[in-house]
Amino acid sequence: MNSLLVAPAIMVGIGLFFGTILAVAQRFLKVDEDPRIEATNELLPGTNCGACGQPGCLPFAEKLVKGEVDPGQCTVSTDENIEQIAEYLEVDAGRAEKLVARLRCNGGHLQANQIAEYRGFEGCRGAAVVSGGGKGCAWGCLGLADCEAACTFDAIHMNANGLPQVDTEKCRACPDCVAACPRDLFELVPLNQNLYVQCNIPLAGEAATQLCAVACDACGKCVADAAPGLITMQNNLPVIDYAAGGEPRPDAVFRCATRSIVWLEREQFQDQESRKAGVA
Amino acid sequence: MKALGFLRRSFEHGVHPAHHKQQTADLPIQRVPFGKNYIMPLGQHIGVPAKAIVAAGERVKRGQLIAEPGGFVSTGLHSPVSGTVTEIGDFRGVDGRFAPAIAIEADPFATQQVDAGAALDWQSLSLEDFIAAVQMAGIVGMGGAAFPAHVKLSVPDGVKIRHLLINGAECEPYLTTDHRLMLERPEALLEGAEIMRQKLGAEETVIGVEMNKPDAIETLRKHIQPGQPVRVVPLKVKYPQGAEKMMIKSVFDKEVPAGQLPRDVGVNVNNVGTIVAIADYFLRGMPLIERVVTVAGPGVTYPANLIVPLGTPVRDVVKFCGGLKPGTREIIMGGPMMGRPIASLDVPILKGCSGVLVFTEEETARRKEYPCISCGRCLEACPYFLNPSRLARLSKARMFDEMKALNVFDCVECGCCTFACPSSIPIVQLIRTAKDDLTHRKEPDA
Repeated sequence: MNSLLVAPAIMVGIGLFFGTILAVAQRFLKVDEDPRIEATNELLPGTNCGACGQPGCLPFAEKLVKGEVDPGQCTVSTDENIEQIAEYLEVDAGRAEKLVARLRCNGGHLQANQIAEYRGFEGCRGAAVVSGGGKGCAWGCLGLADCEAACTFDAIHMNANGLPQVDTEKCRACPDCVAACPRDLFELVPLNQNLYVQCNIPLAGEAATQLCAVACDACGKCVADAAPGLITMQNNLPVIDYAAGGEPRPDAVFRCATRSIVWLEREQFQDQESRKAGVA
Repeated sequence: MKALGFLRRSFEHGVHPAHHKQQTADLPIQRVPFGKNYIMPLGQHIGVPAKAIVAAGERVKRGQLIAEPGGFVSTGLHSPVSGTVTEIGDFRGVDGRFAPAIAIEADPFATQQVDAGAALDWQSLSLEDFIAAVQMAGIVGMGGAAFPAHVKLSVPDGVKIRHLLINGAECEPYLTTDHRLMLERPEALLEGAEIMRQKLGAEETVIGVEMNKPDAIETLRKHIQPGQPVRVVPLKVKYPQGAEKMMIKSVFDKEVPAGQLPRDVGVNVNNVGTIVAIADYFLRGMPLIERVVTVAGPGVTYPANLIVPLGTPVRDVVKFCGGLKPGTREIIMGGPMMGRPIASLDVPILKGCSGVLVFTEEETARRKEYPCISCGRCLEACPYFLNPSRLARLSKARMFDEMKALNVFDCVECGCCTFACPSSIPIVQLIRTAKDDLTHRKEPDA
């Protein structure tokens, strides 16, 4: 009888012993986690995309509660969600201007000269590693859709001309496509900056135009037509400095013969899309 | 036991591609006539690009220094022809990118006499002067990597080079440049070997040659002077026998640990072409301005082994060989296993280019890719004992960072895995892509 009771007694004893330790630990070592972190995290999209610069949504929520970042820095959330978070935390939304990914190239299959046929390993990075794909231009879009595969938000689709069409509605300005492009052609720019240079050829004149029909030949007309100081020629390409003052106007692009500088209202390559529709 | 010795003369793993060398193995080396335009890229070796010291419009003589080394891991460049510098600008290179180069138009009336200095008194040169001379002569590893030869010669204190290993394996299919050099210029090879051996202070020279070149082995053995510490070691025919770490394993049965260099096991490895270039410079004053190139493959009309001045456009070389056959689909610079396809015929022959291979539809058609069946053939093929199948899967899933833990940077892209894969998975291509992503990826600014 005795030996039957020993085992449970020992177990109960051990249980009480550790229970006491836990109770003491709970009393003296307790960490108060701000319940707002959890609640804020619930309101975030949970994609862990990293567009805000944080490793994921929870670390972003922690920083939000500490007041180190603004809710608006989450580019993925809808405006309502941002408002909700701002209201909940009683801070300013600080909604940053909407950024979208733009491609610094306008030379699709129809415009860029093909010097070879690339039949190797699929993907831009694969082509860039061996011989730079089939296009004569060594700086432009390879058109093999690495960005389409990398996009988390299904915002990039290759158009009929072999260029990645960015859906500005869906684009959340996370840097996935920027990292995926072996030619570093994607950049995140504010949607309301209408003037955009969509060429990356550091050559001038005929050297550029013989590679691609829509190459910037560095003629400098856009520099002359824009407000002084707004556009400068650097490395045979126009560079737009929005901070320099001077109001950007569509006049700057009117005389561009190759459409390498454009006035964008929404998406890039709208003219190419319409051409596709016309063909169909 | 001794009879089994030759069986041991190999490394573990590797593959056995058909060698296809019969096309050019018996063709003597011939010289390509001078053409019109030459393009000398400033960065045709591994390391810092050279610095041009000539200007557009300047007249240059064949063999004249036109660019000096841009740093220690860099070499000089010499004009391959007598003519006029037309432009110093960006030209398309083998990788499709534009890079700075010196364009020279040959003078059709020049004698093309080499503007070479006299032979150098190499014996009295100090080691530093010898290394500097090799650097100025523009000599690089001629096997394909184009790593500056003088860097290998600069051994840090405390490291003793005991063996000079000369790589005559030529394990890449189709290529016969080293084979022909060993047959036609064994004296130059052995002279160069003696210069290198004495300067390195090595005890002996070992020439490793694959056993499918018995004539080369015989010729070399015949030319060895009595008392000269040179051994010719026949090696098993296996790819990549010519990779330096594999060859050290085959010849000396020593393994060079990952991340270390051959010098750490007391060996200096040089290609046959490099050694001949050393002999040409120190005994005849001829800097590196031309090299032997094998033009072969089913798509070329007259295959040949050619001495081609550096900077000659591939177009001229192919034209000399009777042009391309109809149905040509792909031109590879280098060997078929590790060479690079070129997108334009205007790219020039560089110091590291050992072959121009022309393939037709039949050889280049891509086989249908099937899922990995986990057979492990790639693991058995990989001479570096990596796990190619796992690396390929990670690369497909774009999990590049995870590949670092599997030592992806130890991969030399020899292509054994892709060759061995029964499911036709482009394994080495996937790994190469991942390596490129890891080294060139632009980190987001955020």
